[in-house]
This record gives sequence, C-alpha cells and structure tokens, in this order.
Amino acid sequence: MLIRHMFTTATYLGLFAVIGTALVALTFINTEQRIADNELQALLRSLHELVPPRLHDNDLSEDTLTLHDHELLGSKKSVIAYQARKYGKPVAVILAPTAPDGYNGNIKLLVAIDQYGLLMGVRVIGHRETPGLGDGIEIERSEWIESFNGYSIDNPGGLGWRVEKDGGIFDQFTGATITPRAVVKAVHKALQYFEANKDTLLARPVTEDETRARLAEAEQHED
Amino acid sequence: MKTDYFQIARDGLWNNNPALVQILGLCPLLAVTNTVINGLGLGIATLLTLVLSNVTVSLIRNIIRPEIRIPVFVLIIASFVTAIELAMNAFFYDLYKVLGIFIPLIVTNCAIIARAEAFAAKQPPLPAFFDGLMMGLGFASVLVVLGGMRELLGQGTLLANAQLMFGEAASGFSLTVIDDYRGLLLAILPPGAFIGLGLLIALKNVIDNRRKERSNEVIPVTAEAVTGT
Repeated sequence: MLIRHMFTTATYLGLFAVIGTALVALTFINTEQRIADNELQALLRSLHELVPPRLHDNDLSEDTLTLHDHELLGSKKSVIAYQARKYGKPVAVILAPTAPDGYNGNIKLLVAIDQYGLLMGVRVIGHRETPGLGDGIEIERSEWIESFNGYSIDNPGGLGWRVEKDGGIFDQFTGATITPRAVVKAVHKALQYFEANKDTLLARPVTEDETRARLAEAEQHED
Repeated sequence: MKTDYFQIARDGLWNNNPALVQILGLCPLLAVTNTVINGLGLGIATLLTLVLSNVTVSLIRNIIRPEIRIPVFVLIIASFVTAIELAMNAFFYDLYKVLGIFIPLIVTNCAIIARAEAFAAKQPPLPAFFDGLMMGLGFASVLVVLGGMRELLGQGTLLANAQLMFGEAASGFSLTVIDDYRGLLLAILPPGAFIGLGLLIALKNVIDNRRKERSNEVIPVTAEAVTGT
C-alpha cells in the first residue's frame, strides 16, 4: 500500500517535471532564432558604429579571426577580431580586447583600427565600473571614449599614451583615474598588437583555390 | 463563502504588500531599482510569474498530494520564469541585457511560492488570479517608486532609457528633472536601495499609524503576513 502510494506520488512529480520541461523547450524552440538574430544585430550595430557600412562590403560578423595574446589583448581566452573589407581589400580591423585592470575587474572593449594603423574608434561593450564615476567611458554617458579617434601607435609618441595625471594626453574623469587609465592602457596595447601582427590582421581571406594550392605544395614537399 | 476581492486587493497593494510588509524578494528588489524603467521591467516580469503560478497552482490544487506540493510549486515557478526569460530575450533584447541576470532570480523570490502555498493552493482560479495580480502590482509599484527615488536622486532624471521597454518612439519620455545635476552616488549604489526601502517602509508605517489614530480603532494585524527572505 505504502509502496503504491509512493509510486503514484513519484509519477505525479515526474509528470509535472515533464510538463515544465516541455513548456521551457517549446518556448526555447520558438524564440531561439529571434534571440540569435537579436544578438547578431546588437553585435553588428556596435561594429557598424566603429566601421560604418559604407566603408566595407563584407559581413563583419562572419569574417573573423581568433587571436591569442594574453599580454597585449588582456585575456587568457581567445579574442575575436572582425575584418572589414571593400572589394576584397582589407580596410580595417576591429579587435575585442579586455582591459584587465579596471576598478571593478575587466572592461571589455572594441577597438577599430584602419589599414594605416589609425584608430577609427573605441567602444566599451561590458564593464562593472562605479556608476556615476567610472561609467563615463560609456558613449551614452560622455564623449570621452571618442578622444582616441585618429591617434595611432606613434601619435602621441613617448609617454603620450597615458592619462594626463600620469603625463599623457588623455583626460581622466573627476574622481576616477583608474578606469580611464585601464582603458588607455588597453587601447595602447591593442595598437601594439596591431603593429606586431599587421600582416595577419589585414590578410586577404584565403580563397579555396589558394588552400588547395597550398595543400598540393605541402604534399609535394612530403614526397 | 463569498470571496472578498476588495480585501484581496487591499492586502496585495497595501496591508500585506510583498515588499513593504512581507519584505520578500529583496535580492532582485534592491539590485535592479536604480531606475524607473529597470524597476518596471522586473516588476512586470514578477507580476507575470505570480499570476501564472497562482492560476496554475490553483488549477491543480485538488490533484496534487501534499507531500510533493512544494517541489511541484518550484517546478511550476521555475518553468514559467525560464519561459519568461527566453521571451524577454527574444522580444525586449535591450532591456534583457540590463535586467538579464536578475530574471532567473525571480525563481528565488519567496513572495511567489508564499502566495502559491498560502493562497492559491486553497482557492479557486479566479481569486488566485486576482491575488497574483494584486500582489504583483504591489511588488511592482514598490519597485517603480524605489527606482524613481533612486533615479531622481542619483542622476536627476526620470524614465531614462524608456526606449529599452517601449521602443525608439519612447526615447522622448525621459525627463531631466534637474539640469546639470552631478548626481548623488549613494542613491545609485546598493546602500541607496537599502536606505530607500527603509524610508518607504517607514512612510507606510507613518501613514498606517495616522489612519489608526484618526479612526481610533485597531486595524487587525493580517494573519497571513509571512516573513523570510
């Protein structure tokens, strides 16, 4: 009798688990595509703010490179770079480095650098800095982040790539030095990475013919 | 027994308000109320969950065995919250990005399971629905008022980022109440939430006491009041 009672009770519980899971699964199936679209649209929107659609004709979200450089890109994980091309020719690259030394942990950035090494723009895509103080790095809060536009690895030279307080040319905010200092440093490092890896970052995409040619060549060497 | 809808409304909105009297669901309450829109977003999501879970619990109240009622309530609430989270991600993506991590926390909002256990499991669907609606409104209105207080003091605006919820057409809703306001940082930070909620509870008590004095009769303490976190 008791066993039977336990069995029915367990069946009821299992039944509700199945119904609940079915509800979640159904919602998931019906929203999956839309959520993926949203995420892609949000990514493209932030990328297009840096490299406007008129400057390129490829799909930024598809032409990506996966980079690894803990020192210069600030992350132990792989970092994505988006290539912008027009008529097949690279015009710019957008790196997604991390400033690891924000006041409250990581500050995630997008840094767009054109083919000549000039900064096209920087955006903060994720941070946990103090509201009202450190969040001036957001484009919605202040124009500070645009002060990088047009600069490059050699301009400003010397100690210029620092906040004013440290003898550089970039403003800090009232009451917050650590946050802008971290961002300036990360942008500078991204430029250094670009300088060292220009060839890979601005490489034309490898076409299928080229891959085949290379494979053929490798085989010949093996013989 | 005839259901007293007026009493249900009074309990949910005022006498037994989930946030001001039961002090339930503090984690999302304190975390997201730095603007009106954030408060409203979480308030609506909580309201929806409360109504859905109350109605469902009420519908199954006669077939569910007492031993497993709590796991079943949790299952129901968790399923609805996950479904709401997915729907929000699909249809209000920008708002979801702001509130994202707090939506799953609705599952842990004791106000919802407390209503399921204390009310919905003993009542027909219609009163359960109405109770969920009123409790949800009571909770949401505290979120909105607290969000408004903190937004006004913290950054001198009201309804900033309304476009997250109502689309681009609403970007004009935002009011800059105080021009060139430097902002009171404390209001935006977590301590501001505690202080703000404390002030709201104090205000409610002052109003209750005034009313008691005026009518010169003792308002009975609601027996249903549940405390916890």
